[in-house]
Amino acid sequence: MRSIIDILDLSTQEIDSLIKTACDIIDNPDKYAEKCKRKKLATLFFEPSTRTRLSFEAAMYELGGNVIGFSAANNSSAAKGESVSDTVKTVSCYADIIAMRHPKEGAPMVASMAASVPIINAGDGGHNHPTQTLADLLTIYREKGGFDNLTVGLCGDLKFGRTVHSLINALSRYSGIKFILISPEELKLPEYVVNNVLKKKNIPYVETTDLIGAMPELDILYMTRVQRERFFNEQDYIRLKDSYILTPDKLETAKDDLAVMHPLPRVNEISVAVDNDKRACYFKQVLNGKYMRMALILMLLGVE
Amino acid sequence: MVIDSINNGIVIDHITSGKSMLLYQKLGLDKLNCTVAIIKNAPSSKNGQKDIIKIDTLIDIDLDMLGYLDPGVSVNIIKDGTIASKFIPELPEKLVDVIKCKNPRCISQEEQELKHIFKLTDREKRIYRCIYCESKAK
Repeated sequence: MRSIIDILDLSTQEIDSLIKTACDIIDNPDKYAEKCKRKKLATLFFEPSTRTRLSFEAAMYELGGNVIGFSAANNSSAAKGESVSDTVKTVSCYADIIAMRHPKEGAPMVASMAASVPIINAGDGGHNHPTQTLADLLTIYREKGGFDNLTVGLCGDLKFGRTVHSLINALSRYSGIKFILISPEELKLPEYVVNNVLKKKNIPYVETTDLIGAMPELDILYMTRVQRERFFNEQDYIRLKDSYILTPDKLETAKDDLAVMHPLPRVNEISVAVDNDKRACYFKQVLNGKYMRMALILMLLGVE
Repeated sequence: MVIDSINNGIVIDHITSGKSMLLYQKLGLDKLNCTVAIIKNAPSSKNGQKDIIKIDTLIDIDLDMLGYLDPGVSVNIIKDGTIASKFIPELPEKLVDVIKCKNPRCISQEEQELKHIFKLTDREKRIYRCIYCESKAK
């Protein structure tokens, strides 16, 4: 019995295998329509979510399985003070696999230590969100044909963005990757990620505040939201916020085959006008997330 | 000052002066029924002063944590009045309920029954991280 708490719980071979399965699901959906017949997924969402919960539920339904669960802590016994361990021990009696989102960091890890069925971390506070990274990886694979020798621009809030840290961790295992880290000084990539991942693995990276200057070099542009509350003062926020809003004119110097990605939800960091650009991939990412969750459910349930 | 030698037991020596009470509590020695001596500010040729703890029985306690709490202490296992073994505890791979996670967003802050577990992630820099939220131990 195995759980996925962190993207690094999966080897590159396993990620390759999940991508292969996801691509096969895309090509032959009927083949998978009853793979999880009579299996149940429990979605335990202790905090609200649109994409992730619906994506897991859609994934299980498309595999022919069923879904039980709750979508807010106040609809569960957590509101009565039940521990995460007790909740998942109970749910393990009803479901074959659990997808859990929790506002507290490490809650899915605690769940995996108590449950008798696999746990998938569907996001724990600002900590990990491995299935978002799987969605990102399938998107990169389908847009670029692989992961080697890519120049990946990460833009916006690189300090608090959990999806950015997970993606850097995942991509750092492939060869020839180069990162361009585009952010205001206040929101630079944390030193521990720079030291423990980039420097440790000798991965080339550039830190810059200039999105337009970096644009021509990029194969991937991964946008994240710059949030007002992350700044120490309002003036800095106002000075910087527009620099990190992607608009069609900022894409003029970009490569024709650039892939613009975003973990969503977006607020205003990508102009709606960019949605019609063929390089916009963020809604494909949403769809790819469902396929990767299907592949992951199959793998964890040991369904061939 | 004279403290009797022990026949069978454990002597924790070369404790940094002033740290013996911390080790006493963390090792759970307050729960023992046997004689335990805490010697504070004993003369030390190396550091001027040191603390010593003598436990008058051979018990199974988590001595590994000493490598984290006070690196440099030495542990003597006494059997039949002689030193049967002597070692300096190394930094343990795991700390269980020795320190607490300070990250307010960590699940261990919310669920009081959870054990506080930290893993050694960088031996050279002596860095431990919470197994739940991966925050660095402070």
